[in-house]
Amino acid sequence: MSSAIYGGTTVEVNDEGFFEDPGKWTEAMAPEIAKAQGIDVLTEHHWQVIKFMRAEYIEKGSGPTVRVLGKTSGVSIKELYQLFPKGPAKTAAKIAGIPKPRGCI
Amino acid sequence: MTLLALCYVTQDGIMAKRIVILGGGTGGTLSANRLRRLCPGNDVEIVVVDQNDDHVYQPGLLFVPFGLTHSTEIVRSRRHQLHKGIEFRLVPVERVDIQSDIVHLGDGTELSYDALVVASGSVLVEEETEGLTGPGWMEKVFTFYDVGGAAALHDALEGFDGGRLVVNVVDMPIKCPVAPLEFCFLADWFFQRVGIRDRVELTYVTPLDGAFTKPVAAKALAGLLEEKGVALVTEFNTGEVDGSAGRLISYDGREVGFDLAVVVPLHGGASYVARSPGLGDELGFVPVDEHTLQSMAKPNVFAIGDAAGVPTSKAGSVTHFEGEILVENVRRFLAGEPLDGSFDGHTNCFIETGFGKALLIDFNYDTEPLPGHFPTSVGLPLLKESRLNHLGKLMFQPLYWHSLLPGHDLPGVGTAMPTQGKHIQSVP
Repeated sequence: MSSAIYGGTTVEVNDEGFFEDPGKWTEAMAPEIAKAQGIDVLTEHHWQVIKFMRAEYIEKGSGPTVRVLGKTSGVSIKELYQLFPKGPAKTAAKIAGIPKPRGCI
Repeated sequence: MTLLALCYVTQDGIMAKRIVILGGGTGGTLSANRLRRLCPGNDVEIVVVDQNDDHVYQPGLLFVPFGLTHSTEIVRSRRHQLHKGIEFRLVPVERVDIQSDIVHLGDGTELSYDALVVASGSVLVEEETEGLTGPGWMEKVFTFYDVGGAAALHDALEGFDGGRLVVNVVDMPIKCPVAPLEFCFLADWFFQRVGIRDRVELTYVTPLDGAFTKPVAAKALAGLLEEKGVALVTEFNTGEVDGSAGRLISYDGREVGFDLAVVVPLHGGASYVARSPGLGDELGFVPVDEHTLQSMAKPNVFAIGDAAGVPTSKAGSVTHFEGEILVENVRRFLAGEPLDGSFDGHTNCFIETGFGKALLIDFNYDTEPLPGHFPTSVGLPLLKESRLNHLGKLMFQPLYWHSLLPGHDLPGVGTAMPTQGKHIQSVP
């Protein structure tokens, strides 16, 4: 476990940079986390995905995988990769302050 | 609801409760047989529904392409695996109305139930990947995940005289996540045997960030790939299969070229699940409590095996371990008793590595596959190649038909994951 400072607040993150406590996340932290992931500007489309990820996490206890995101978020998988080139589910989860989506085992 | 609404009058004039099981594969068959034994009286009616009568021994599919078994040797009648006193209906399912407790069947008839067990496994959804079933499909792009594909791939491997062979998992979840790795190991053995290994470039292309999901096993399996000269491409999310040009293209624009591609297509739940409001999730799997296997949507609905949306592997061993708890919970539900929440996600897989050897892994929801021995310190070696594990894998086929499906416990193999014999301290 380590810590990171976003928006002037120190938060605990795991070895891969995912929030240990999603409750500590605020919208104001998102642009800074995104920059560290190589996304300079969060557009309306980015936010659509980030908010969707968070809502799904709060409802179901896990963020969706890319495939489920493509089926349910209203954004196609191709567009999702344009928005989050390093992997939509992982990157969007990180920016949304939720744990790494529980991919299947 | 009145008691009368829950009962049926059988031909003998007895008020009975009806358990409907959708699917006559591993989970459906072992559940039906165990339930019949658990509820031997004629006050419980058990009906199994399936759209065909072909029960495939799925672990055998891996051996078909390499000529180690024949497709006809791994298929038997579903009906014949079911014990006396179980009704088998050969008909597709149209949809389930979970609010009214009714299954609508493809022949226009209806089947009402007191308890429903969804055991219809997972299906391959090749069409969800662009180009996969386009030019080159079944010519230089194959899957071994169904009987027809495995048999066709056998012919293709026999005729392959060298070049780039890629094994690609499109995305998780898939049945038996170790099978594509086993395919790589066996391909290495197969091409050495026919004397052209030096002319074959083997590559394993996976959406995961390693050879496998769990760290300790991923490391061991990556080591084996390297040892056998199989290249590993990770975090590759296949967006398109271009059969005519021979290339896999990922969503982020990377390409892997091939002369022969063995693709594990996307999986989903049975198609009727999507036509049954409230029953399944986005992929057609049935969300259930991971310890009791009871549906989140309706208390008289349960799911077992690949059909169940639980965070563990889609594998026959999981289905087997779930079986004991599922049938007990169906019985308890019908008797109005509290459910047994003891399913721990136990999974146990033999991993064939070629040259008459195999690895064994054993894990559950909380404990990843570890080295040591199974089920005790004097048992089969874990996470280590051995001839004993290979023999174990071969021995499993007769046990499947004669012990597992009839619903008997396997000697020395319990439902809960054993910890004795495991090197717990070796977790990094």
